[in-house]
Amino acid sequence: MRPLSGRTLKTDAAMRWAGNWFNDRNRTLFTLLIIGALVFPAVADVTTGGEGNHLINTAADAGVFVLLALGLNVVVGFAGLLDLGYAAFFAIGAYTYGMFASGQLLASPLHHEFHIPFWVMLFVGVGVAACFGVILGAPTLRLRGDYLAIVTLGFGEIVPLVVQYLGAGSPIGNWTSGVNGIGAIDPPKLPYFLTGPWVGAPIGLVKNFDFTGSVAYPMDFYALMLVLVAICVVLATNLYNSRLGRAWMAVREDEVAAAASGVNTVAVKLLAFAIGASFAGFAGCYYGAKLSLVSADNFHFIVSVTILIMVVLGGMGNIPGVIVGALLIYVTQFFVLTNLPDWTQALANAVGLSGLNQSHGDWVGLRNEVQRLNYLIFGLILVIVMVLRPQGLFPSRIREQELEKGTEEQAVFDLREDET
Amino acid sequence: MAPTGKAPSHPPDAVVLQLDHVTKRFGGLTAVNDVSLQIRQGEIFALIGPNGAGKTTLFNTVTGMYKPTSGTIVFQGKDITGLKPYRVAGLGIGRTFQQIRLFSYMSAIDNVKVGEHHRMRAKLWDSLLKTPRARREEREVQAQSMELLKFVGIEAQAYNYARNLPYGHQRRLEIARALATNPRLLLLDEPAAGANPQEKRELMALVERVREQGITILLIEHDMKVVMGISDRILVLDYGEKIAEGKPQEVRTNRRVIEAYLGKSA
Repeated sequence: MRPLSGRTLKTDAAMRWAGNWFNDRNRTLFTLLIIGALVFPAVADVTTGGEGNHLINTAADAGVFVLLALGLNVVVGFAGLLDLGYAAFFAIGAYTYGMFASGQLLASPLHHEFHIPFWVMLFVGVGVAACFGVILGAPTLRLRGDYLAIVTLGFGEIVPLVVQYLGAGSPIGNWTSGVNGIGAIDPPKLPYFLTGPWVGAPIGLVKNFDFTGSVAYPMDFYALMLVLVAICVVLATNLYNSRLGRAWMAVREDEVAAAASGVNTVAVKLLAFAIGASFAGFAGCYYGAKLSLVSADNFHFIVSVTILIMVVLGGMGNIPGVIVGALLIYVTQFFVLTNLPDWTQALANAVGLSGLNQSHGDWVGLRNEVQRLNYLIFGLILVIVMVLRPQGLFPSRIREQELEKGTEEQAVFDLREDET
Repeated sequence: MAPTGKAPSHPPDAVVLQLDHVTKRFGGLTAVNDVSLQIRQGEIFALIGPNGAGKTTLFNTVTGMYKPTSGTIVFQGKDITGLKPYRVAGLGIGRTFQQIRLFSYMSAIDNVKVGEHHRMRAKLWDSLLKTPRARREEREVQAQSMELLKFVGIEAQAYNYARNLPYGHQRRLEIARALATNPRLLLLDEPAAGANPQEKRELMALVERVREQGITILLIEHDMKVVMGISDRILVLDYGEKIAEGKPQEVRTNRRVIEAYLGKSA
């Protein structure tokens, strides 16, 4: 018997490893996402002939929604608490950064500008948002399901209004510049020795990567976004596999049994709320720094709903699924739908139906008509996806089974009966 | 093989659970009326009675799901009246439910691990960063949970969803989850309900083995034959009131008990 050569063994092992790796859909998704994220700037640059900055910028914006979807997934997907006011925590994070990293507070009763570095404010933003998560959660988490959803909805409405109200002329001074929003927010900066030798050097993939100047380039934000998303993915995955993740699932499945098994259900739900909120605070800081402007208009109900759609459509409870969901919805909303009128116009011209593009009588022209129907189309896409895949595009295994076999409605069961 | 690892901290004859004049009313309905009882270390104490006699209500009152209208509940010398369910579980009272309440979409072993939750020391920080401490604890819990699944005899099902387990195994899993909380007292609410005679015998054998670990057992059971065979003492409830208490033979011959049972069916 001749022993197998070492080489064959090694290739075999490698093949088996690769086979196992790609057997798991989540790992495949993660691998593809990582590769995609790394080559995206280069691809964007090449395909647009060196003018990829706009695309990279858009991708850096999309990262905000990935962070938000990851955070809402903790609340909705892991712990099963429906939160319809998630944008409020996003606003709190963004305003925290905006107030303490711009000239805003000069106009406030403090009469002093703060320019705290972005890297510090990331942690502050997380902390402040988490505190608000606890403040909202503590009195409301006794409520269940629909009732909790309505309270969070209210909170989501209150926060932008309060922010608008605390502008010039409010009785306690101008803290937020009201409807004008806070502008000229500091971009993130790194000291020279950390930024590295490639500062400002036009070297290939990381062209214009420069955190030292007062101007931040799209590529800076893209790189920063990747780091933040990576951190959040790791933290969320760890949580999911931890003692706390199990407790969340238990509470989601059966709160009474969880309590009888020694899980402090109120504390566990509160933690879900606080951690979800802190992800939003994280995203908010980045958002403020990226846009250099925060305004209450950016945090309305529609934002909360959009994030919820991302989570549900991507696959509740499954981290890579949620990321894909966030990216797809973002691309659909801000790329496909915004370009659709132009595309249909071009298509009509190309196939010789340019007559459709002229407006006459009641007909406003194909382009404008499509423009008008934008949200109808968006709605249709959502309806079709949810009908075809009610469990989301890439659901967690659990969710998949739940929807396959169907779950019977469970009666609301109160831990303590109300009795006075 | 001991799931608890600890020797009973109480002398054999010590009172584990004591109820003093416990009453529970829902509006005008008195579900449990002035019930007092003492359960001693290491015994199997059965609670029987016709449907609606208040047995499960009494369980829920002991485990903190209901607050008693009046009366006190003392567990191992500590007043636990009105404590929250998770605190009661943390102090050492495990329970199962009449209608199985497992975490359907979690694996069997994860169900057991939830029971270990309150004994784990990993902080939020450890969970977030997966610190060595958290990993070590996770490994220990994995091993302990597997032990418990072996103890109840369903280790082969460890990685199946709880909802996919056969009925008898679900009952066993509930017991394993309750044992994972490291109880001194285990409350079993009709563990053999819906089981066939063979399964019933096996489940009762399991209850015996749990008792051998030094865990005191409070049992609700409908099947008189089962109860008489296994219990050290029996308390009979009817319309929320205690009508008899004593050894199986005494209870069997008690006139009021016979009335309560036969009177219902006649």
